[in-house]
Amino acid sequence: MSAAAVSADAPRRRERRLALFTVGLAVAMPALFMRGVGDARATFVLNDARGERFPLPALVVPVQAALAVLTLSVLAIGVFQLLKGLGRRAPIAVGVAGGLFVVAMLTWATAGASVSLIALFRGALFAAVPIAFGAMAGMLNERAGVINIAIEGQFLAGAFTAAVVASVLGSAWFGLVGGIAAGALIGFMLAGLTIRFQADQIVSGVVLIVLATGVTSFLTSQLLAPNTSWNSPVRFTATALPLLSDIPFFGSIVFRQTFLVYLMLIMVVVLQFALFRTRWGLRLRSVGEHPAAADTVGIDVLRTRYRAVVLGGMLAGIGGSWFTLEAASQFSKEMTGGRGFIALAAMLVGRYSPVGGLSAALLFGFADSLATTLQRLPVPLPSTLLRATPYVITLVVVAGLVGRLRVPAADGKPYVKQ
Amino acid sequence: MNDGPARPEDPDVAPDVARRQRSQPLAQRVVAAVTGADARLTALAFVAAFAVGAVFLAISDARTLAAIRADSGPGTVLSSASRAVSRAYGALLQGSLGSPGALSETLVAATVLILTGLAVTMPLRAGLFNIGGEGQVIAGGLTGGFVGFAVQGLPLVIHLPLAIAAAMLGGAVVGWVPGVLKARTGAHEVISTIMLNNTLNFVAIWLLTTTLFQVPGRSDPISQNVLASARMPRPFSGLRVDIGIIMALLVAGVVLWLLDRSTIGFELNAVGANPTAATAAGMDVQRATVRAMTFAGIAGGLAGGALILGVQGRITPGFSAGLGFDGITVALLGRGTVGGTVVAGLLLGALKAGGRAMQARSGTSLDLVVVIQALIIVFIAAPGLVRAIFRVRTQPTGTTQISQGWGA
Repeated sequence: MSAAAVSADAPRRRERRLALFTVGLAVAMPALFMRGVGDARATFVLNDARGERFPLPALVVPVQAALAVLTLSVLAIGVFQLLKGLGRRAPIAVGVAGGLFVVAMLTWATAGASVSLIALFRGALFAAVPIAFGAMAGMLNERAGVINIAIEGQFLAGAFTAAVVASVLGSAWFGLVGGIAAGALIGFMLAGLTIRFQADQIVSGVVLIVLATGVTSFLTSQLLAPNTSWNSPVRFTATALPLLSDIPFFGSIVFRQTFLVYLMLIMVVVLQFALFRTRWGLRLRSVGEHPAAADTVGIDVLRTRYRAVVLGGMLAGIGGSWFTLEAASQFSKEMTGGRGFIALAAMLVGRYSPVGGLSAALLFGFADSLATTLQRLPVPLPSTLLRATPYVITLVVVAGLVGRLRVPAADGKPYVKQ
Repeated sequence: MNDGPARPEDPDVAPDVARRQRSQPLAQRVVAAVTGADARLTALAFVAAFAVGAVFLAISDARTLAAIRADSGPGTVLSSASRAVSRAYGALLQGSLGSPGALSETLVAATVLILTGLAVTMPLRAGLFNIGGEGQVIAGGLTGGFVGFAVQGLPLVIHLPLAIAAAMLGGAVVGWVPGVLKARTGAHEVISTIMLNNTLNFVAIWLLTTTLFQVPGRSDPISQNVLASARMPRPFSGLRVDIGIIMALLVAGVVLWLLDRSTIGFELNAVGANPTAATAAGMDVQRATVRAMTFAGIAGGLAGGALILGVQGRITPGFSAGLGFDGITVALLGRGTVGGTVVAGLLLGALKAGGRAMQARSGTSLDLVVVIQALIIVFIAAPGLVRAIFRVRTQPTGTTQISQGWGA
């Protein structure tokens, strides 16, 4: 059996498969979306209902023509792929084709109706908040060599504490502080279990999720149910930034948001700089790549890891606060619905960088927002199934991308000084 | 803190307790699982977990809180706190072991726990961490339940096995998917199983609103009743325990044989212990991965079937809530051995049945049981923590590194 022949042949087969997938999309599009469309038009609203200085007119497209153009574009990409192969850039072509497929689906669903693109993209950015914070929490941990599965638990603890503190003290700011503290507490417990007691990192994470689920659910039924005033948090409201929010379309999406959206964007930039351009970041990464070497040059491996894990917990706590300070009006049991794991996926897909994590979070946020938008349209799709979209997308993306991932070398391994 | 953290060996080749016990004869292993080297640690983990649970009970008790608010002195506060704790824990004990009915409830709960525990134990041997138990239970419940009410006119001896086989098939498919994804693309099973859990949850809710499952003329998302010919027979009249527990024990026997006596099991263990060495020895790691997850799916599907064809009798939304994580608790408490999983399933079954009685009698939320379970596992997963708290010396348990990271 010749390994060389296999490795030379495998990329070409993969290119062929991806190209055929794109062509398959092109074939599926008219079959799925063209039937019975007639001469309906789709209206895409491009201005904010709340009033803008420079409102854009709505975009009205004839559905059939738009679908024809989209189908031909996808077909062209597929044929181009078949001829050229594109090598490592083939997944990008598939991604573009998939994007056009989604546009086609949205156009089909909007036939004879109207959809606000501002609401769609604003919803995507909003839904990305917990995913992006969770992804940043995860990468901070794992860059230092500790796998953090417990993000879901940190979300729950953060959401619960933020809700109670914001209700009792009557301020969303105190709520946020409470959420951060709760996330840090779970982070501290994870650090204790995995660093001090060297328990299995994935098991510890799962256990902490179960613990956070149990404690928050228990306290919700024992304490919050009888005292509803403890579970009616004061929430952050949307603030339009001066001038920036007047940019047509883009400004309405990005600069008429809630506080945590702005905080997310700032934190991504800060963390990207801190991880890759500062001494602190270099040390953190060295501890996750080669702890023995880091130890040799005088870096305290265990303390660096402890700090990274607790700091990660604080970030995840912010993500958790989003649930009760921005998204919902009160805490309810298990309200995080697996988003901590989607955040983990976003971290992996974003290849352990904050900007990459944000991009992946935006993808998942878009899936979330799209599902919400489609539920409101007269589409012959059951809305319950649409709610599963973000999970299915995560599954597909993780299966498609993560295989070729470079993980921090010492990720998941406890360090013992020799 | 007189005894530092357990001294780990190289985590890549660390022989954990389970693996070490596997080389011992069966009888010794069962004894070790029940009373073995770390029985004291397990007992102390229970004590510590119940102690922390008591704190939660006390701080959430309305009368204790009122006493604190009224500033009525530490004596009153303590006495009302201890009354709350003893009332809840008393109801828990009474409801798990106190009467034939309670024992029956314990066995009912243990049936599902043993099966979901085995769904975690098998992949654990191959170095895979299955947190998709819930999705597998849902799938098994849906397919088993569907055959249970949709197929008519069969006698019990044919209909029930048919429905059980359908449950196995449904679970197997849902277990197979993350196995194949892991083997082919490297997608980590922790993420893919969780995503499948959430997806299947919505699929189940959707199916329950379709005419395929719904009771004709009703609009609530509840399935038709499983026909009597597909229900698990109950040997004792008036008690809810059915032959599901016997099925669970039989399955445990099969799994024991599979893991410890068969070639397939040998491959799973070898792959879990050291994939590189297993590959060098000519074993197919990918095949072992797919097999381990499929077996897990079958066990999870059986758990769903046992539930729907047994005590539940129909499919309701959320019937599977938390069962996957329960299975993890059971498997970790059983330390990855089949005997340990059975014993842990019985123990936690008692805890669960008692928790339901506690909720009914003293009004304490059943979620306390989840808290206690999680605490038990915290202490089990970190033996060093128990040693530090109780300042005991026990035989070293080796490292507790079980699962693999993303890169593996």
